Amino acid sequence: MSEHDVLKSGQMPLNPEKATLEGKNKFMGFWFFLGGESVLFASLFGTYLALNNSTNGGESSEELFGLELVFIMTMLLLTSSLTSVYAMYHMKNSDFKKMLIWLGITVALGLAFLGFEIYEFYHYIHHYEFTLRSSAFGSAFYTLVGFHGGHVLFGLLWISTLMIRNAKRGLNLYNAPKFYVASLYWHFIDVVWVFIFTVVYLMGGVL
Amino acid sequence: MSEKVTETPFQFEYEKQKRKEEMKQQVITFALMIIFTIIAFAMVLSGLDKLFLIPILLVLAAVQVGFQLYYFMHMSHKGHELPSFMFYGGVFAAFLCIIALSALAWW
Repeated sequence: MSEHDVLKSGQMPLNPEKATLEGKNKFMGFWFFLGGESVLFASLFGTYLALNNSTNGGESSEELFGLELVFIMTMLLLTSSLTSVYAMYHMKNSDFKKMLIWLGITVALGLAFLGFEIYEFYHYIHHYEFTLRSSAFGSAFYTLVGFHGGHVLFGLLWISTLMIRNAKRGLNLYNAPKFYVASLYWHFIDVVWVFIFTVVYLMGGVL
Repeated sequence: MSEKVTETPFQFEYEKQKRKEEMKQQVITFALMIIFTIIAFAMVLSGLDKLFLIPILLVLAAVQVGFQLYYFMHMSHKGHELPSFMFYGGVFAAFLCIIALSALAWW
C-alpha cells in the first residue's frame, strides 16, 4: 500500500472497509463464511438437542448449570459486542487511537468471558466429574459450548494480532477491511452465544 | 471500481453527524438487548410452565439476534443484498439441520 492511502480525518471515503476491490471481496466472502458457520453450529445444536437427556445416570442439565455465572458471561459478551461497534464507529471517523482503545476493551471483556468459561468447565469436571466422556449429554455439551469457546479464543487472537501488526501503520484502506471483518466475526460469536444461553442454559434449567 | 471520492468539509461534517446519530441508536439497541436478556433469565427463575416459557425464550433470542445482525453487524445498511442472501441460505440449511436431527432423535 502506498502512502497516500493512509487515511487522515476528513480525507476518508465513506465506507473505508468497502472502498477497495479487496475490501469488497473480504466483506462479501466473510458473510458467505458466516452462512457456513451457522450450519456448523446448527449441527452441534441439533446434536445437543437430540442427546441432552442421555445423561448415563449422571447429573442432568438442571442439576449442573448455575444461572448466575451464565448471566455474568452473557453480559460480558454482550457488552463486548457494543464496544466493537464503538471501535467500528471510530474507524469510520478515522480515529485510529480510539478504535484501538475500544478494540482493547473488547479483547479484555472477551478474555474475562473465556476465564469464566474455563472456570465453569473446571467446576463441572472437578465437582461433578462431568466430562466429555461421561455421557452422550456430556459429549454434546462440551462439543457445542467448547466450539463456541474456541471461536472466542480465535477471535481474541485475531483481533489482538491485527492490533499489534497495524499499531505503527495507522488506519488505511488496506487494513480497514481487516478490522471490519474481525468485528463482524466478534458479533457472530455473540449471535451464537445468544442461542447457547437460551437453548442450553435457560431451556436446560426448565426442562 | 474504487470510490475514493474525497469529501468536502461540509459533507464530512454531515456524515460524521449521521454516524453519531447512528451510534446513539446502537446504544439504545444495546439497552434493549440487555433488557431482553434480563427478562429471559427472570422468566426462567420465576418457574413458569415450560410449554409457555420455551416459545417465549426462543422469540426473545430471535429478536436479540435480529438486533445484532441488523444494527450491530449493519445488515440494515445498503449493499447487503448478496451477503443477506448467502447468510440466510446458511441459516436455512442450519434450520433444516436442527429439524432433521431433532426428528431423528424423536422417532
